[in-house]
Amino acid sequence: MKQKAPTFTDRLLGRVSPVGLLSLAAPVLAVAFAALITMAVLWFTGAPPFKTLVAMVEYGVQPRSLVLTLNEATTYYLAALAVAIGFRMNLFNIGVDGQYRLAALIAAAVGGAVTLPAPLHIALIVFVAVLVGAGWASIAGLLKVKRGVSEVISTIMLNAIATALGSWLLNRERLAVEVSGSNNIGTRPIAESGQVPGLALIPGTQTKVFGLIILAVVMGVLYHVLLNRTRFGFDLRATGRSESAAVASGVNVKRMVVIAMILSGAMAGLIGMPQLLGASYSYSLDFPTGLGFTGIAIALLGRNHPVGIAFGALLWAFLNTSANILQLRNVSPDIVAIMQGTIVLSVIIAYELVHRYQISATQRRVSRELASGTPAPAEGASV
Amino acid sequence: MSKGGLTTAEAPFLEPKAPVARKFRLTGQTLLLALGALVLLLSFARTVTGAVDLTSAGAINAAVALAVPIGLAGLGGLWSERAGVVNIGLEGMMILGTWCGAWGALQFDNPWAGVVAGAIGGALGGLLHAVATVTFGVDHIISGVAINILGLGVTQFLSKVTFAEMPGGGDSQSPPVPKPEVVSLPLVGDPLTWLEKQGWFLLSDVAGILRGLLTNVSLLTILAILLVPLTYYILWRTAFGLRLRSCGESPVAAESLGVSVYTYKYVAVVVSGALAGLGGAFLAQVAASAYREGQTSGRGFIGLAAMIFGNWRPGGLAAGATLFGYTDALQLRRGGQSVHALLLVVVVLLVAVAVYQLVRQNRMRAALITGIAAVVVFAVFALTDSIPAEFTSVTPHITTLLVLSLAAQRLRPPAADGVPYRKGQGK
Repeated sequence: MKQKAPTFTDRLLGRVSPVGLLSLAAPVLAVAFAALITMAVLWFTGAPPFKTLVAMVEYGVQPRSLVLTLNEATTYYLAALAVAIGFRMNLFNIGVDGQYRLAALIAAAVGGAVTLPAPLHIALIVFVAVLVGAGWASIAGLLKVKRGVSEVISTIMLNAIATALGSWLLNRERLAVEVSGSNNIGTRPIAESGQVPGLALIPGTQTKVFGLIILAVVMGVLYHVLLNRTRFGFDLRATGRSESAAVASGVNVKRMVVIAMILSGAMAGLIGMPQLLGASYSYSLDFPTGLGFTGIAIALLGRNHPVGIAFGALLWAFLNTSANILQLRNVSPDIVAIMQGTIVLSVIIAYELVHRYQISATQRRVSRELASGTPAPAEGASV
Repeated sequence: MSKGGLTTAEAPFLEPKAPVARKFRLTGQTLLLALGALVLLLSFARTVTGAVDLTSAGAINAAVALAVPIGLAGLGGLWSERAGVVNIGLEGMMILGTWCGAWGALQFDNPWAGVVAGAIGGALGGLLHAVATVTFGVDHIISGVAINILGLGVTQFLSKVTFAEMPGGGDSQSPPVPKPEVVSLPLVGDPLTWLEKQGWFLLSDVAGILRGLLTNVSLLTILAILLVPLTYYILWRTAFGLRLRSCGESPVAAESLGVSVYTYKYVAVVVSGALAGLGGAFLAQVAASAYREGQTSGRGFIGLAAMIFGNWRPGGLAAGATLFGYTDALQLRRGGQSVHALLLVVVVLLVAVAVYQLVRQNRMRAALITGIAAVVVFAVFALTDSIPAEFTSVTPHITTLLVLSLAAQRLRPPAADGVPYRKGQGK
């Protein structure tokens, strides 16, 4: 091999190595595989596979559907970020669901009980939500470091307990009032000073995008900066990669576990905010459940990367929104859940295969270079 | 995330304590004594509070029926984790079992066909988990979470495709399914009923418990209970079991002795799924009489907790499952009153633990904390008349948390539990 002066294309290709491209191809292939499986299931149940998927996509790209997708994705994005904070240090916060619902309920109750000038009112509600989410998550963190209880089990149990606590609190004797025009009950509605107006981002529809989509973007940036640009983030990732190495370099792992859990819970507290402050203005029984597992799936799809998670959240929300057309075509919308589950499972397998391929490709390249006598370039060797 | 092993109960970050002078050993005698003390305690609480369901035949019968699915899920977890694969997908496999159980029983009009179908459905979920974790080396918890999502989606879809068209069925529930036969021990029912009605201290309680255990028991329950000693025999008393457990302790060492680690892990995880599926079929066919959406309500996870509570051993697991099944049954039978009475039992147990810590272990601070906890629980007991219905439903979950936070530090999971393994990595 002769050393040549690098040209512009070389440098461009050097940045986007074919092996790096492969890890982008992995999710695309996984989605395609999931679509194939879905079509097989559709065919099996007697629905026209191709037509159904086309109808889903056509319905999904209508302006109103796009707004719904964006709104739902905002919620999912925050949920996935909450999960991802834990993931980065090998902490499985499965309790995001309970943390978010308890936080939304109490924040809604506080927001409905007081009236303050506009920015303060919103800030108070968000603050309460963050506090409650963090507090509920800290139970699992403390149980882990003090009593050695795995957070996987404790957060699942805390989810069930949060549901019970929520339904006890959301009672006419305590925090709930009748929702006018239905037999649903919810917290007292939040006054206008505590509401966040929607944004007319997409032309061609009256439906507005949640104003707090901005909050989600800000949180994505914060997440990136915190984890990749601060000492704390380095310690957190180091603990996730190798606990013993982190201990050796002076990281207090116990403290990191509690802090990471609290941060994750604080983020989980924000999940309900776009919906609460942007659309429903009161917490009622029809707030979505099971967001914790959705968040886990999306964090996996996006590989805990803020941009990847955004794509994952949009995909997930798009599938959910476009499933609404299926009822009209006499297909059960649950087919989407099968598709989502298949996507997750095939994505993680695809990532693992790419990871193995990258390792063996690097090994081959290094051994080739060693055999030919030229020293391996230091840059790009650590794929 | 694929690096570094994860287990469902990691070793706590605690400094090693000074070795306890006298090691506690569980013998048959102490076990019987403890059991007797427990019955005495329950009977005391029943007499004081008048909550008859603490020891009534109905509650005990329900407790057994509720403990079985938890125990089956726990056994599933035991098989898989003993081979080194963490299986948090038990819940999803159990959900598959509920649908398959109901479908099989309806399709062939035979309850036992449903039982087999449920086990097969769960085993398919296990196979998927094995492919992902063993062949592809995916992180075990991530794969498990994916299987939970998939299991829920598949069953919801399938129930809409199949049960919605059947008479008496709907989108989210099946028509009534045929149940396995129910048997009773002959000649004991009537005398025990009479004795139970007298309300005598201890005697009536024992009669209630016995009647709950000996009459109206489903054949599937008996089969499930027999699976516990069978698992013990296979995993601890056969060469196959030794090899399987060696894969969970040190796969590299097992490999060097010629054990095909992949095969053993596959077998373990598929059996694990089948057991969880059996638990699901039990829920649909015995505990209830039809498939319903959300029927498992986290029992797969509670089963996992029962296994951890039982220190990855079949006997301990059965004890854990019984505990969770009992608390679950109590909340269903006049929950407010029964769970309220259970608080008294908790107070007595906490006081006993505090005394033990003070006298035997000489741990002043621990004893003080336990004592304060006992006073707090007693205050709650004394100041209220019953527990709100919203809270009684989570009695098993709170029990899980409490028990694990008391017990988790003394537990020892298999050494290579949750650690990804690739063939030939030890070279």
